[in-house]
Amino acid sequence: MNDMTPTREQREAALEGMGCKRKRVEDIRFTQGKGNYVDDLKLPGMLFGDFVRSPYPHAKVTKIDASKALELPGVIAVLTAEELKGVNLAWMPTLAGDVQMVLADGKVLYQNQEVAFVIAENRYIADDAIQLVEVDYEELPVLVDPFKSLDPDAPVLRPDLEGKTEGAHGPRKHHNHIFNWSVGDEEGTKKAFDEADVTIKELISYHRTHPSPLETCQCVASMDKVTGELTVWGTFQAPHVIRTVASLLSTIPEHKIHVIAPDIGGGFGNKVGAYPGYICSIVASIVTGQPVKWVEDRMENLSTTSFARDYHMTAEIAAKKDGTVTGLKVHVLADHGGFDACADPSKWPAGFFNIVTGSYDFPVAHLSVDGVYTNKAPGGVAYRCSFRVTEAAYCIERAMDILAQKLGMDPADLRMKNFVKPEQFPYHSALGWEYDSGDYHTAMQKAMETIGYRELRAEQKAKQEAFRRGETREIMGIGVSFFTEIVGAGPSKNCDILGVAMFDSAEIRVHPTGSVISRMGTKSQGQGHETTWAQIIATEIGIPAADIMVEEGNTDTAPYGLGTYGSRSTPVAGAAIALAARKIRNKAQMIAAHMLEVSEYDLEWDVDGFQVKGNPEARKSMKEIAWAAYNAPPPGMEPGLEAVSYYDPPNMTYPFGAYFCVMDIDVDTGVAKTRRFYALDDCGTRINPMIIEGQVHGGLTEGFAIAMGQEIRYDDTGNVLGASFMDFFIPTAVETPHWETDYTVTPSPHHPIGAKGVGESPNVGSVPAFSNAVNDAFGFLGSTHIQMPHDAWRIWQAGKELGAHG
Amino acid sequence: MSDIEQIPVTLTVNGKKVQRFVEPRTLLIHFLREDLNLTGPHIGCETSHCGACTVDLDGKSVKSCTLFAVQANGADITTIEGMANADGTLSALQEGFRQMHGLQCGFCTPGMITRAHRLLQENPDPSEEEIRMGIAGNLCRCTGYQNIVKAIQYAAAKLQGRDMQEAAE
Repeated sequence: MNDMTPTREQREAALEGMGCKRKRVEDIRFTQGKGNYVDDLKLPGMLFGDFVRSPYPHAKVTKIDASKALELPGVIAVLTAEELKGVNLAWMPTLAGDVQMVLADGKVLYQNQEVAFVIAENRYIADDAIQLVEVDYEELPVLVDPFKSLDPDAPVLRPDLEGKTEGAHGPRKHHNHIFNWSVGDEEGTKKAFDEADVTIKELISYHRTHPSPLETCQCVASMDKVTGELTVWGTFQAPHVIRTVASLLSTIPEHKIHVIAPDIGGGFGNKVGAYPGYICSIVASIVTGQPVKWVEDRMENLSTTSFARDYHMTAEIAAKKDGTVTGLKVHVLADHGGFDACADPSKWPAGFFNIVTGSYDFPVAHLSVDGVYTNKAPGGVAYRCSFRVTEAAYCIERAMDILAQKLGMDPADLRMKNFVKPEQFPYHSALGWEYDSGDYHTAMQKAMETIGYRELRAEQKAKQEAFRRGETREIMGIGVSFFTEIVGAGPSKNCDILGVAMFDSAEIRVHPTGSVISRMGTKSQGQGHETTWAQIIATEIGIPAADIMVEEGNTDTAPYGLGTYGSRSTPVAGAAIALAARKIRNKAQMIAAHMLEVSEYDLEWDVDGFQVKGNPEARKSMKEIAWAAYNAPPPGMEPGLEAVSYYDPPNMTYPFGAYFCVMDIDVDTGVAKTRRFYALDDCGTRINPMIIEGQVHGGLTEGFAIAMGQEIRYDDTGNVLGASFMDFFIPTAVETPHWETDYTVTPSPHHPIGAKGVGESPNVGSVPAFSNAVNDAFGFLGSTHIQMPHDAWRIWQAGKELGAHG
Repeated sequence: MSDIEQIPVTLTVNGKKVQRFVEPRTLLIHFLREDLNLTGPHIGCETSHCGACTVDLDGKSVKSCTLFAVQANGADITTIEGMANADGTLSALQEGFRQMHGLQCGFCTPGMITRAHRLLQENPDPSEEEIRMGIAGNLCRCTGYQNIVKAIQYAAAKLQGRDMQEAAE
């Protein structure tokens, strides 16, 4: 060694591995406008498709006349359900075991439903042509209120299901009933309630909203009639699944379908499903033999592709006088719209809503969910949450506050009292999950101390007294939320999508010069996988992250994976990456032993290479080993240095966090100002703290929007309101609060690097924190529960109803 | 298609003179993206709300989804493709966005940087409140804006020759 030899710390820093705030690789192209998004793609002869949509939410379609449209120069074809029937694609299966119309087949079930698909030379002509397609409708009675879905005289929405008493998830009890899903111990729960000192019961609604990524859903389909190969570029969070579904539906063999997800401008769950636009573009390209592009506009995005939430949850808690919870009972009325196109693992009609016991040690619980049809758009995607987890977290966190209020206990103290204790992990919840790890008390304690919780409560008390004395018109709310997430779908024993098990994958190939190309079955939509996946590999095999290229989204080159949603990338693909890297390291160890002429057992791993135990100067770096792997492998060893890993996780991961929101509300205007928002997250091992913080900021901002005003609302006649950015609340930099972030680290015991996933925690945890803050502010005036979203008008209304306006 | 009258437009885009014939109804964003292949500016709403299509037009930030190309006749336009330094290195703003993690999916970024560029021309040393107000016409769904504010502060500091490390903390 000489003075120029880098120290161990320098070698470690040069890797930019796990734990490092590595700057993002993606940003080089994105900051220069050189991203490659679907709508940037331009192919020779490319046509443009656009939809004729129904103005009515429920109507028979008696006639479609496209003749005038077809006379317009530049119009190539118009597809209707009749044309699609020729290729057996008028309807398509949904992920939830239902079927969905691709184009209106005799009737429409929601406003803006796809009725016909116009194919033209450019988007302007397509737009002109859709005005020329004449459609005759016969209006039908509209069903908007899910609470009226199961009335005996409710309109029949789905004549195609007539006489079907059995759905994909068991018996149907009414023509608008989709499923009932029950879990837990009904008898035992009843007993707990019979014996309880205190019980609470509240209808807690989580309104319909939408993920609305800034880039809408879009695709380009290109059928090569000579080779019989179909290429589809699209906004796909799960490209391999799209390929399999496209193959099953089109009967084109899977190897002749190339699905490519280029850069994606945000997903948040919106881009998991298969939509009529994709199917119609594919059919249009098959019909015309030319590439066909389809790009949603914002109104189409908000009103048709995949709403989120719309859960109406009746929560009941049984407790002892001292606040110990003894039972939980929840019934959910789930509004699924016209088709059940909920994007959940197929066996889970209500996703993982049975995480509703949250962070608390409920000895017994029972949950029942009824899904119903209404004249609203289909969907039910996880908007930055793992399959109905945010609904569950909102339900339990709101209910715990209501219990605290009834008991006259502090809501933070009530939570502390009932937390699952560190020594109870792995913890078996009353509704069937095995929580992997957690230290809730430490996290809560840290959060309360950092934010100065007791002082805030004292300030609030003084303000309430001042309000009562008429000295101020401002009230103060402190929102407490302690959530437990369930992410990383999922173990093949209980998770699949249309029969495809929810494993994920990684392939790592080390080149002779010691640089790397790696490919995964996941697909970033802004999460920064090109940066963070390289960090995992860098730490595992000692090659600098800068020398590792990460590629996702091309089904021809990437190993099969289930994609990115539900915070599953790190728990599932992250594990596959670590395990593939370890296969490489194991082979590298044998090669190094050969090079150093020692037994492999005499070697130890040191940052970026192997060294002889007790003689660290006898070492081989990974770069040297990579060269030898190809050019001078040990006798009998196959040359090369690459590995593939498919990872079927043994369990889910359970990130958690403590969130606090301090809010000041002007009772007379209903204007709520977030004074402070503190978010402590525990996502296990932290791969890139900079990216984690960014993810948390983004999720908090979405949670803020949802809780404080973002809504897809329908009027009584089924008109969708809020289907443009004029009406649908997306916070700007002005409204968005300042975020304070913090963390604890409780690694997952079953994950190779201990990471749990973080993307969705801030959405899941912040919605209850905001809503609890509003509710906490009004509690002293006698209110128990105010429904979301808490926009200024509704807050003002709440104040009025409580007689607070004097 | 052939029946529709085509109007000549001449404009300067990223320092280069451009002449084309366009349909009168062609939106500027489509003209930039499809006729000139400048796909940096994006389409997020087509209603002037999201700002993903923001370009700099004669010294003003303009949402190119609600302007006809013919209305831009004679204008001097800069898009994100024209934001880098003359030597091809990242501008202070581009660098700031990367350093401060001011972007995630990258879809709002071109419009956001273009807007921030004009903001700093008008107010070289803005306060946090002024930055937040100044970018209120540009929506971001990923970042929660906090790091975008820091990115713009980073650039402002760098352009003013102040200690960037301080801004980076």
